[in-house]
Amino acid sequence: MEILLVIIIGLLYAAGIYMILRRSLVKLIIGLILLGNGANMLIFLLGRVVKGHPPIIGPTEKILADMYADPLPQALILTAIVISFGLQAFAIILVKMAYKVVKTDDLDEMNATDEDL
Amino acid sequence: MSNPYIVLPIIFQLFLAILLMFCWTQKNLQKLVSTVGSLIAVAIAVIMFAQVWKSGTLVTQAGNWGAPFGITFVADTFSVLMVLLTTLSGLAVSVFSVGAVRNARVKFGYFPILHFLIMGLCGAFLAGDIFNLYVWFEIIIISSFVLITIGGEKAQLEGSIKYVTMNLLASVVFLTAIAVLYGLTGSLNMADLSLKVAEIENRGLVNVTAILFLVGFGIKSAVFPLYFWLPASYHTPPPAISAIFGGLLTKVGIYALLRVFTLIFIPDAFMITLISIMAALTILSGGIGAMIQNNIRKIFSYLIICHIGFMLAGLGMYTELAILGTVFYLVHDIIVKTNLFMVSGLIFKIKGTYSLRLLGGFYKDYPKLSLLMAIPLFSLVGIPPLSGFWAKFYLIRGGLEVDNLVLVGFIILGSFLTLFIIARFWSEAFWKTGEELPKKLKVKYYHELKPLKQKAMVVSILFLAFISLGIGLGAEYVIQVASRVAEELMNPQSYIEAVLGKL
Amino acid sequence: MKTIIFQTASNYLLPLLLLFSVFILLRGHYLPGGGFVGGLIASIAFVIHSFANGLEKTRSIIKFHPGFLMPVGLVFAIGAGAAPWFVGQPFMTGLWFEDPIPVIGMVGSALFFDTGVFLVVIGVSLTIIFTISETL
Repeated sequence: MEILLVIIIGLLYAAGIYMILRRSLVKLIIGLILLGNGANMLIFLLGRVVKGHPPIIGPTEKILADMYADPLPQALILTAIVISFGLQAFAIILVKMAYKVVKTDDLDEMNATDEDL
Repeated sequence: MSNPYIVLPIIFQLFLAILLMFCWTQKNLQKLVSTVGSLIAVAIAVIMFAQVWKSGTLVTQAGNWGAPFGITFVADTFSVLMVLLTTLSGLAVSVFSVGAVRNARVKFGYFPILHFLIMGLCGAFLAGDIFNLYVWFEIIIISSFVLITIGGEKAQLEGSIKYVTMNLLASVVFLTAIAVLYGLTGSLNMADLSLKVAEIENRGLVNVTAILFLVGFGIKSAVFPLYFWLPASYHTPPPAISAIFGGLLTKVGIYALLRVFTLIFIPDAFMITLISIMAALTILSGGIGAMIQNNIRKIFSYLIICHIGFMLAGLGMYTELAILGTVFYLVHDIIVKTNLFMVSGLIFKIKGTYSLRLLGGFYKDYPKLSLLMAIPLFSLVGIPPLSGFWAKFYLIRGGLEVDNLVLVGFIILGSFLTLFIIARFWSEAFWKTGEELPKKLKVKYYHELKPLKQKAMVVSILFLAFISLGIGLGAEYVIQVASRVAEELMNPQSYIEAVLGKL
Repeated sequence: MKTIIFQTASNYLLPLLLLFSVFILLRGHYLPGGGFVGGLIASIAFVIHSFANGLEKTRSIIKFHPGFLMPVGLVFAIGAGAAPWFVGQPFMTGLWFEDPIPVIGMVGSALFFDTGVFLVVIGVSLTIIFTISETL
């Protein structure tokens, strides 16, 4: 299970960075989304994957005696997902606006910020 | 010491933002609420600063969950100092916005978002939990995204695409670093991390994590190889927004670097060399970049980078004296950079251009305003007794203490570059004989504005100029504060004890 | 998508989904659910309605701009967060009424916070989706 996750995370990061390095705006956004997902999976992996041991204290017990899955990474991932949901929605609208105004989706042609006055 | 009210600066800004959202359509009411609210926020920050100064580090556990498990908020001297500076420049920008921000932008929710941004900044300074710090960073960047795009002009949108991309990338790197750190230690509380990271045997892994943090915060604070987004975007939004960005956003990165590298990762010889090299190159590239620019806001953007190098240099020397210099520089830089971007806004409102080639004759036409603008400009250079002098003095002394003469050389070089740039700026914009510029239809000029708006712009510049003068002339008191901050940073024992209780 | 089946179904789905979202909101304290999921379900209800009947019809049902829900929800959340201050507890501490209320169950400051989240999520997601679909 871990080795599979490691491969997936590696692929997500690699694909994300490759997409960011492309010149198209849409691919840039896709790259950022992939990178974000990779980071979320990394938190999941590094929080230790434990199968079939939910962190729930039974009605007869006082403490968790057995090993148990760490619930914190899921809370962290949920937070990160919600944040990236907002950021990505914003980024998509921004790209659309930029395309409308600049009339190109090629990052190499976006030079208005370097123009001399 | 526990004090449940230390989150008040954050909650108050949130409250202000909500209040402003309710009066979404009343522009004048929004301006009033924002100004009065910012004044109250300054008062809250002052009271908190006095409390922390008197009784030491204050802590609260959100939700009353005990220390390493819940979310901790910590107000030590450094945090409250930063909160105080944030609210001060927030007040200045809020007043400046009354005059400088167009009504169309106010209609799109400029003021609520501004207060969300300040809330995020206060939160980042008070957070005692590394993941919480990440969340505050996200709040800061998402509000800054909205602020930088409001208005939607061509250059603005292009600049914001670069800004958005690099900041999202920085967040991903930061998140990755947190994931690795959590995997290594199983904790997120910064005080707890400080103890746990020190125990890890595999120092190579710790260094890799530290470098991930360095890259993440490095992008945000615009250090040498990672700064390219800053000069591409900071000159595009309206000046009031540039002011708060230039004054505070990069400084949050420096704050986080200082916090992380004094509390969690105590840098070894390799990290110190790395940080020193980055600092030296940041000073050099920022200074040289500023020399060839003609847009005054781009000049200031490159100067931000140059002076971020000074602060990083203090961290690279890593002695109490050098950290004192960094903190002093931070205090001086936040006030001065905010003020400089507001100055550039005022120049634009009067002359209708940002270009150094076209500007000129400002001193002849507006002698009083020019003298006012001279205060932040020459504070930046560090002409004694103005505020920049003392900060550089302590940085250089710190460098001599550890015999890091190369870094001292770069700091002196950076100061000369700044002097050259500001001298050129002064002679081009203020002393050169100016020609009559053609009227632009889109720009609403200064003399066409209502007197209240004119006063708002001048008063906010005056306010920050007075603070810089105060920092320079009352340097003794600032040094007291900065030396206490440096002492607390270099001896994190009191921070850890305040959070986790006596060990 | 102006098919008669979808339109008729969406008219019945809207109240059902809204009711379900409130159920999910109230269920959330001990069982899976909560304000965020509930808010998403409620906004999906409106989104389905707008797909079937057009944006204008949905807007006329809601009557006010969905963005207005954001500050209202934030007021709930900030109120629930700051309430413990008045009894000298740290920010966000959970306070509970002693006796359960019929149907709803135990009521505490967490429920108000979750209601705030519920409203903010509806406000934010409807604003985003309406804005995107308007400019398409």
